[in-house]
Amino acid sequence: MAESAAARTVDVLTTDGTVLPFEQAPLFNRLGALCVDQLIILVVTGIIVIGSLLLLAGTLGAHVLSLMIVFNFVLRNAYFSFFEVRGGGATPGKHWLRLRVISRDGGALQPEQVLVRNLTREFEVFVPMSVLAAPQVMFPDLPPWAGALCSLWLVVGALFPLFNPRRFRLGDLLGGTTVVSMPRTALGSELVDAPAERRGVTGHEFEFTSAQLGQYGIDQLQVLEDLLRVHDAFEHQETLVAVLRRVEAKIGWDTPTPEGRARKFLAAFYAQLRRHLEQKALFGVRQQHKREGRLERGGSPSEPPR
Amino acid sequence: MTTGGRFELRSAQFRRERQASWQELESLLQRIENSGLGVLSHDELTQLPLLYRSAIGSLSVARAISLDRNLVQYLTGLAQRAHLAMYSGRRRPIEGAALFFARRFPQLVRSFRIPFAIACGSLLAGVLIGYQLTRHSPDRYYGFVPEAAAQDRTPATPTAQLRDILYSKPTEGAALDVFATFLFDHNARIGISCLALGFAGGVPVILLLFSNGLTLGAMAALYASRGLGGEFWAWVLPHGVTELLAVVLCGTAGLVFGAAILFPGSLSRLDRLRTRGRDAGLLVLGAVPMFFLAALFESFFRSLSQDPGLRWTVAALVATGWVLYFVRGASRG
Repeated sequence: MAESAAARTVDVLTTDGTVLPFEQAPLFNRLGALCVDQLIILVVTGIIVIGSLLLLAGTLGAHVLSLMIVFNFVLRNAYFSFFEVRGGGATPGKHWLRLRVISRDGGALQPEQVLVRNLTREFEVFVPMSVLAAPQVMFPDLPPWAGALCSLWLVVGALFPLFNPRRFRLGDLLGGTTVVSMPRTALGSELVDAPAERRGVTGHEFEFTSAQLGQYGIDQLQVLEDLLRVHDAFEHQETLVAVLRRVEAKIGWDTPTPEGRARKFLAAFYAQLRRHLEQKALFGVRQQHKREGRLERGGSPSEPPR
Repeated sequence: MTTGGRFELRSAQFRRERQASWQELESLLQRIENSGLGVLSHDELTQLPLLYRSAIGSLSVARAISLDRNLVQYLTGLAQRAHLAMYSGRRRPIEGAALFFARRFPQLVRSFRIPFAIACGSLLAGVLIGYQLTRHSPDRYYGFVPEAAAQDRTPATPTAQLRDILYSKPTEGAALDVFATFLFDHNARIGISCLALGFAGGVPVILLLFSNGLTLGAMAALYASRGLGGEFWAWVLPHGVTELLAVVLCGTAGLVFGAAILFPGSLSRLDRLRTRGRDAGLLVLGAVPMFFLAALFESFFRSLSQDPGLRWTVAALVATGWVLYFVRGASRG
């Protein structure tokens, strides 16, 4: 999961010199936001049409039609730019799906960038849609095979995000922008029991030797962290016990811990493992993975660590 | 030997000391995201950058010393949200548009003088060549003017009918604005496709401008051969000045685009495309309202004024207006 997550981030170097790994917005969410926005445009246009027909029925027939053409053009082209400039990079649809347009250079999103990224929308959304809806209308003069080729060419523009790993639209490419998901991680509680430690209490119920702690690396520490942060699940107890038994086997723990104390054991193990690994990291040794093999009962190595 | 806790874990101590300021920042961000920077009081507003820097600092420390994944993720998210809030670039859209047309657009046009000259040259060369060739052998007219554009205006048409087209009044007054909006939609799309053709290295842009010039030149030659040359230009130019200028600007954008692909210079093609593509897109954006103006002129003014002298005067005024706009607007910044 860590690898796939890493491949889907957009590293933005802020003007403060820090790299912020923004999470690239999934295509599906972007499509959803687009649908929401299109729906809003459609509904607003519909309301205007019906409203003007009711209000001005008969008096201004042709004028209403021309107003409609202009209004539709403006709404279609200005909607996205207007909201992305005004809302700091989010149209109502994007806001709803927690997406934001950001500038890839780490600075503020300039109105120019927004305008340019939305300029290509006509080609990427509206033209392909009309091509798909009525291919024969687009190219009435061409023979069918040429029409099909031209249609294909027009649709390719819309599929551009599928062909690059960063999922840029053509407009993103030109505007120097990208679409990211807003972060939503809440701060969990501190798992290391700080008050007890501050009192300087020694003699934990569970004490592990550094050889035992050395069996595991950062990956396992963080899996354990995820496990300990879950509190509510009913079947969770079984998972805890299963993990407990594997840890006991791996580190050569003498006496099997009662099932009811699984969480206590693992919490203590987590706290001491984190201290062990953080201290090592401070000295420049980041042990990422676990070691091969198990320890004998009592905690002495059964085979020399490789 | 045990490694049990005699001293507080460094990462835990770090968290205990900083946590309050993170939570303060988080509550500020919550309010900003819901209702904008405007809701913050003066004190909170001055506090925001400090809290942001502190969060960025905390993130760096946490990345170095803490193995608590939730903590690092939380701080990353907090720094991202604060970054977006600080550099959100929220603007008033109307203000931005006004600034763009007052300064940026004329400056852009000025900064692309060479591609602009090439685009102008292609169009003018088309007009001249089309004119000369058609003057000498009228049959070429059929080669230069597509049937759809000709609309009954061919060398076979009697002079009186050609003349009537120049001074025709539409029968339905109400249909005029429909015609105008249709023209606008049509022309704006052509302009935007000029930009898109830049993808192919700019060559099709020159061809497009040149062939449009040929059509115009051939038509002018047809009218000139019947002694209506001056009146033809009086018919074209009041809206044509604006429309041709907008077409040339779109062509300029296409050329800028094509040049970025063909000659990326010291940058990678992608980077060059990013910087130049933005400028090219802005040129087209500026040209779209010009198409709008041209379409209004074409459908309203043309049918409302029948006097060639008045038409010439208006054309000259419009041309002067554009020259002044681009020269003054560019020098003001």
